[in-house]
Amino acid sequence: MKFTLSWLKDHLDTTATVEQVVEAMTMAGLEVEHVENPGEKLAKFTVAKIVEAVQHPNADKLRVCQVETKDGRLEIVCGAPNARPGLTTIYAPIGAYVPGSGITLEARPVRGVVSNGMLCSARELEVAEESDGIVELPDSLAVGTSAVEAFGLEAAIDFEVTPNRPDWLGVRGIARDLAAAGLGTLKPDPVAPTPGTFPNPVEIKVDGQACPVFAGRLIRGVKNGPSPAWLQQRLTSVGLRPINALVDVTNLISYDNCRPLHVYDANKLTGGFIEARLGREGERVEALDGQTYDVGPDICVIADGSGAIGIGGVMGGESTKVLDDTTDVFVEAAWFDPIRTAQTGRTLGITSDAQYRFARGVDPESPVHGIEQATQLILQLCGGEPSEVRVAGQAPAPPAPFAFDRGYVRKLSGLDVPAARIDEILTKLGFKVDGDTVTPPSWRRDVEGKADLVEEVARIQGFDALPVEPLPEIARPPGGALTLRQRRMRDARRTMAARGYAEAVTWSFMRRDWAGLFGGDQPELVLTNPIASDLSTMRPSALGNLIEAAARNARKGFADAALFEVGPNFRGDQPADQWTAVTALLAPHPPKHWAKAAGDPLFALKGDLMALLEELGAPALQVVQGQNAGWWHPGRSARLQLGPKVVVAEFGELHPRVLKALDADGPMLAFELNLDALPEPKRKGVKTKPALELSALMPLRRDFAFLVDAATPAGDLVRPIQGADKALIDDVRVFDVYAGQGVPEGMKSVAVEVVVQPRDKTLTDAEIEALSGRIVSAAEKAVGAKLRG
Amino acid sequence: MTDISQLQTDLEGRIAAAADLGALEAIRVEALGKTGTVSELLKTLGRMTPDERKVEGPRINGLRDAVAAAVAARKGALETAELDAKLASERVDLSLPPPPQRRGRVHPTMQVLDEMIAVFADMGFALAEGPDIEDDFHNFTALNFPPKHPAREMHDTFWLPEDEKGERKVLRTHTSPVQIRTMQRLNEKLPAWIANGQEPPIRVIVPGRTYRSDSDATHTPMFHQMEGLVIDRAIHMGHLKWTLDQFIARFFETPAVESRFRPHHFPFTEPSAEMDVRCDRSGGDVKIGQGDDWMEVVGCGMVHPNVLRNCGLDPDVWQGFAFGFGIDRLGMLKYGMPDLRDMFASDVRWLEHYGFSAFQAPNTSTGLS
Repeated sequence: MKFTLSWLKDHLDTTATVEQVVEAMTMAGLEVEHVENPGEKLAKFTVAKIVEAVQHPNADKLRVCQVETKDGRLEIVCGAPNARPGLTTIYAPIGAYVPGSGITLEARPVRGVVSNGMLCSARELEVAEESDGIVELPDSLAVGTSAVEAFGLEAAIDFEVTPNRPDWLGVRGIARDLAAAGLGTLKPDPVAPTPGTFPNPVEIKVDGQACPVFAGRLIRGVKNGPSPAWLQQRLTSVGLRPINALVDVTNLISYDNCRPLHVYDANKLTGGFIEARLGREGERVEALDGQTYDVGPDICVIADGSGAIGIGGVMGGESTKVLDDTTDVFVEAAWFDPIRTAQTGRTLGITSDAQYRFARGVDPESPVHGIEQATQLILQLCGGEPSEVRVAGQAPAPPAPFAFDRGYVRKLSGLDVPAARIDEILTKLGFKVDGDTVTPPSWRRDVEGKADLVEEVARIQGFDALPVEPLPEIARPPGGALTLRQRRMRDARRTMAARGYAEAVTWSFMRRDWAGLFGGDQPELVLTNPIASDLSTMRPSALGNLIEAAARNARKGFADAALFEVGPNFRGDQPADQWTAVTALLAPHPPKHWAKAAGDPLFALKGDLMALLEELGAPALQVVQGQNAGWWHPGRSARLQLGPKVVVAEFGELHPRVLKALDADGPMLAFELNLDALPEPKRKGVKTKPALELSALMPLRRDFAFLVDAATPAGDLVRPIQGADKALIDDVRVFDVYAGQGVPEGMKSVAVEVVVQPRDKTLTDAEIEALSGRIVSAAEKAVGAKLRG
Repeated sequence: MTDISQLQTDLEGRIAAAADLGALEAIRVEALGKTGTVSELLKTLGRMTPDERKVEGPRINGLRDAVAAAVAARKGALETAELDAKLASERVDLSLPPPPQRRGRVHPTMQVLDEMIAVFADMGFALAEGPDIEDDFHNFTALNFPPKHPAREMHDTFWLPEDEKGERKVLRTHTSPVQIRTMQRLNEKLPAWIANGQEPPIRVIVPGRTYRSDSDATHTPMFHQMEGLVIDRAIHMGHLKWTLDQFIARFFETPAVESRFRPHHFPFTEPSAEMDVRCDRSGGDVKIGQGDDWMEVVGCGMVHPNVLRNCGLDPDVWQGFAFGFGIDRLGMLKYGMPDLRDMFASDVRWLEHYGFSAFQAPNTSTGLS
């Protein structure tokens, strides 16, 4: 909302400048967006008088004028037909920037005659949207008067109102707060009741559900038409468009006192009554914006004998609107339910000044005051004879009094404010203070209890005055501030970054069909109001987003992506359905290198996953191949399991079908690790590590080559060998896998190096021989492996 | 009698001329081997009279020592030359690049999160968390957003479909629902704590993803917030001000960032405030701690009595404050990322440029950054 300093001064006796007002508003809780100063761009423009105007010697449509200006008498060329001797208008000197035409004036000959400035139209000055000829001003204005003064231009303060303070949507409400904050004195309310001279002939009916209270009055014999300059200026200064005096009065009061009103041409009302009720099925209203709206049973309408004629609290109707020829006017001041008005605005897609105010909550006790303020202005501007005021219905109950212990100000805010000052602040804000009982004013329905009063006192006293007091010391959590999950997220993040992956943060949502590709497009996870259709579904996995990110980078020429994300995935809409994943994606397009690197990048990825698991303190996991979900390459993917059920991670190459669907060039490798599936560390609390036993004896290395079925996973050979002698065997490593010549069809040779660590004495040849025998038989027993001859 | 000196000269000449270790060994065997010329001479000593031996002994032994020394010297020289040649042949072009290494990066938002955690942990805050998909009660009702209140509309909420009970889940619009979850947990434990004479202060921060249906240059449909909550018996706004002042100074790592508290409105706090920090916008980008402009960095306030009540806490006994930072935005302010949207665009060039090394883990002992 906008207002001007002069408008504020109608209500506040103050010498404050715009800057001081802005500062005081900010510190009272009114967020000023900006100050719009239309006069700034017109600083160089002044009033001038045309003394003489003659035909330009070389151009039919131009006139050469002698103009009395603040810079003396000047010759100025002008193309306006109304450039005539004696006209008082606006002069722009050489060097001035003309805002409406975007030109900076230069002393240049116009068809051979030098023009020493310019005479301006209202459009060129941006004081009107269109204009005909140059500005015509009253002759009473002296030459040299600034254009700003001539047009009565004023800075408009544009501010944002928080939803709890609808009273700030009226200038008087702002003045009240500023007065309490010490910026001046609130002037007495200028509105006095005007007695009616005849009974109100229009019957008013309300349906309390739709509209609790409705006040109205007929004023007959008015003379409508354009409102006077001061009123038009006031409205335009805050961005409102003047229409006619009767309508302008209602708009003025809406901004002045946050009291929206509506005026009807009484002679267009039918049936002798007006009522506020809920709409009916199939009922429609043609509103003042020219649109026709369906007003069903959820919407409050204003109706007369002809049916609905307006949308209550939102917008009046075309059929009963006041025009310049209106002679009898019916003034409505009602109170519409905020929630219903807000819903109506949303349902119909209408936002109006009235709707905005009613939705936030207008003072329920203001209808009669609003009628009286309108009466005063209408009689002043349009004459006429007012009827008595008629009120139907009952305003909602005013805020109830409650007990207030002034010591609570100190307790909650830390501010020391004397009791008398507390009472002064509250009283100035309109609260009734009676001993230990406080009653909020009717316009402060946001105030419910003592904490609200602390806010009132603290903000008016000034938040600058708040003390600064250190938090009391407390014991730090002995295990650190992080939960186990958060600790693991942090460790995972830094491990992955250390291993060369760049951390991405991608949306928690994705395209629904893509979510389906990763096993999740349950209807309960599809947003009803997504920001875009490709962000509609809570992701079952971050893989899709990372694939898309890698593809996007590739399209920009950066195909070699190694990305990871640590974040939530969703199985359902319950808190327990959310799980935390570390997801990594590798698009292996390493730059060419003079020393060619070899090897399947899938195993580099597996190495990164194993390193991450080790960093996270994961126990030994089982590699299970052939059971991965459908978005993995069936032959080049596996799971890491803890026992038969718990899948800790899946890794491998992504299925080309999925990459194609996501418009990504393969191959891409990935893993997805479920942090929540990792067991808690066994040893909590005590951090000592198991004792380290270092053998003084050299370890021995023995190589074995086994023939196994080609389908046997090498890992299945390693585990039994490890188990052949847990005390002596330190490590078993596969160092070669071979199939082909010398190896029978359907078989492969797997070469393993076994590291044997003697514990307390050197092993004899016989002992080594016996160990080898155990290794060979364990391998045979487990997977039918035969030692290769 | 062989001319010993002639022999010595001869042998020394040949030793010095030996081209390689093989040739040198051949000469050594020829001279000093079992039947070598010098060895044969040494054998003659046994047949000599003592007087002859007195004269010839030193000469022949001298010859042997001289030849042996010459062989050793030549051997050393040849070995050195051979090693030098070998090393020379092993020369590589060290202007060649090493194998390509990917530069891993921590996302700036996560780095900033770790920085914030470091500062708040130092002030005694622990971390709490809650789900991204929330119910209406935790996200709104319990936080004193009356049903259908305009404040709800201002949240641009993402909604999930109605369930069979007619309730709609939301994507949490702020991290504040975790206030409710934390206080509800406290309330469950409270009787036991009070019975044990324990004081139950809450001092938590809640980082996480939050969602609003909003998308333009300064808004993304997903962003990160960090909520703070302190509940005790006598926590007031002065403590709130201190906490935020401390945080700002330590986070921006400048001793005196001027800040101001401004009244504001949030349904779940009363009184409510926003804190601005002094900044300079004149150069196009925002510089914190200088200039004559203000930049809003955090919304905060005293927890509304209704919120305490909704969690089963008596507002006449318990009170405290809450605050909420935008983590991404703080990161942009500190590290100068110009556009919020880039945070979520996963451009590898951006991540490499604005991201952080794995080893720059923020902590309060070395400074945050």
